[in-house]
Amino acid sequence: MLAFTLRRAIQAIGVMIAVGIISFSMFRFAGDPVNQMVGMDTSGAERAAIRKSLGLDDPFIVQFGRYVGNAAQFKFGVSYQFRLPVSDLLMERMPATLELAICATIFAMISGILMGVYSALRRDSWLAHIFQAVSLIGISLPTFLIGILMIYLFSVTLGWLPSFGRGDVVHIGWWTTGLLTLSGLKALIMPSITLGLFQMTLIMRLVRAEMLEVLRTDYIRFARARGLTTRAIHFGHALRNTLVPVITVAGLQFGSVIAFAIITETVFQWPGMGLLFVQAVQNVDIPIMAAYLMMVSLIFVTINLVVDILYTIVDPRLRSTVSRAH
Amino acid sequence: MTEPVLSVRNLKVEFASRRGTLRAIDGVSFDIAKGEVLGVVGESGAGKSVTGLSVIGLIDPPGRIAGGEIRLAGLRIDDLPPEEMRRIRGKRIGMIFQDPLTSLNPLYRVGDQIVETIRTHLNLSEQAARRRAIDLLAEVGIPAPDKRIDGYPHEFSGGMRQRVVIALAICAEPELIIADEPTTALDVSVQAQIISLIKRLGRDHGTAVMLVTHDMGVIAETSDRVAVMYAGRVAEIGPVQDVVRNPLHPYAKGLMGAIPTLAGDDKRLVQIPGSMPRLSNIPRGCSFNPRCASVFDRCRVDRPEPLSRGAQSVACHLYDPASAETAA
Repeated sequence: MLAFTLRRAIQAIGVMIAVGIISFSMFRFAGDPVNQMVGMDTSGAERAAIRKSLGLDDPFIVQFGRYVGNAAQFKFGVSYQFRLPVSDLLMERMPATLELAICATIFAMISGILMGVYSALRRDSWLAHIFQAVSLIGISLPTFLIGILMIYLFSVTLGWLPSFGRGDVVHIGWWTTGLLTLSGLKALIMPSITLGLFQMTLIMRLVRAEMLEVLRTDYIRFARARGLTTRAIHFGHALRNTLVPVITVAGLQFGSVIAFAIITETVFQWPGMGLLFVQAVQNVDIPIMAAYLMMVSLIFVTINLVVDILYTIVDPRLRSTVSRAH
Repeated sequence: MTEPVLSVRNLKVEFASRRGTLRAIDGVSFDIAKGEVLGVVGESGAGKSVTGLSVIGLIDPPGRIAGGEIRLAGLRIDDLPPEEMRRIRGKRIGMIFQDPLTSLNPLYRVGDQIVETIRTHLNLSEQAARRRAIDLLAEVGIPAPDKRIDGYPHEFSGGMRQRVVIALAICAEPELIIADEPTTALDVSVQAQIISLIKRLGRDHGTAVMLVTHDMGVIAETSDRVAVMYAGRVAEIGPVQDVVRNPLHPYAKGLMGAIPTLAGDDKRLVQIPGSMPRLSNIPRGCSFNPRCASVFDRCRVDRPEPLSRGAQSVACHLYDPASAETAA
């Protein structure tokens, strides 16, 4: 088990180095950052001085080594536009994005699993058909459109929910949270639903298909022949077997949720990393873009690792293959 | 005469399909007495498994019991509400399926599955149920049951898993066990062990056993009586010695002729020409008539009803005195 975890961790580091090369190469190929930072009337000598102070004249390998070394300590340089350390900017924005992503995932998991189980068990009921139709909409409508429609309905027309921002936040150490104030919670509702809707439909369809599959298996038939209650069969035996693939997908989707938060954050002007990234792209603020890329990859890789480990906890068969293989 | 544990009368099972209703079981009747093993044989699709499933009330839609009645120790069970039938399943009727590799839920320890079943049917504490589970595992011949109880199904071999399945089937001391091809998926050497285990359990607990198989060897070794099924009907039923040594129905004769012997004669095995009709295309009269060597006119028109011949009962016009003249 330890060897398995260690091997996966080493693979993860390999992936992070590869991402580092890509994010570093952005600095080299996305135009001359000095041009973005200075005005039209800056002299060549001044430009050269700035270039030298930023270390842009050093050979590639030196710059890359320095970059990776700094990134490993969460130093991503100074933002061109804000003139502040990128890591400070990201840390300041991260709580907003993580809270949004976690709420969206919880929403997607709970409603996705409930709807999936319901539509598998009552396959021919009208509610199951409605769920199927809703899931089709959730999969095919683009996120930003759903966000805008919700703003129009709940903020503009009904005036129930705020159309942008996080509401009032409370500071706990360096973390800021909107979960403790009413306006913060209200502000969280629409962005979470917008962000989680796609995952919800995905999970719902997955749970439904898996559940139908599991209900056809011999061990469910045997469980019925043993006279177990329908409740025990559906929620004890069938659901647990269904959740194995659902955990993988939902876990891996958490990474996409953070990545897709860019769009939701833009629509709702949510002050998270995604919005920071979009602004950075508009201003060619490469240190922020590169750091964002690294952060998202780190989250992806970490989640992958956690899912692999979770997998072995849920499914005892993997536990023994894992320990046998190492 | 004491009441049989299981009594099936004129059972009909139908499956609704796109091209009309298919009748998988058409008028099957038999009894199983306490402590008796009834072997049910026949080719694939003859309706053996469907008969077993309808007794335990697990025919899945679109299938349904369309007629007849099933009585368990006198109580009619084919029309019980689902919840009452659920209480009978596992408690009064145990079932063993064909494939032990897929019968157990892979995510739960075998002990938890046994304890869950025991506690569903019997009012026992967790500890008492666990002790009972260990005793059951010992009874079905699993070594070191107090350790193996915490194992997962994938840690057991096929034969051992079938023993666990049997322990699950008998954990509430049922009056009837339905074993649906319990040895088909196992090695030959393990088959014999499982068969003798089922036989021993039936004898020790006085449990009636309905043993569904297509293996005549298994039947001859285990059963007290045997029912030969063909195309959803019972062709012949009787004591196993009589049916094996002196089969009456031409189909039963064919089946017995197809059993290889070790006697050393190098006769070719008898083969029944043709194959069983599809459910959508069962011939008029006797469903066996297109393959029968002794067929005569009446077989193509009238459906034969069971006739008593000593201890045996056979559904064939050859044994009806009324058709003797026409046959000659």
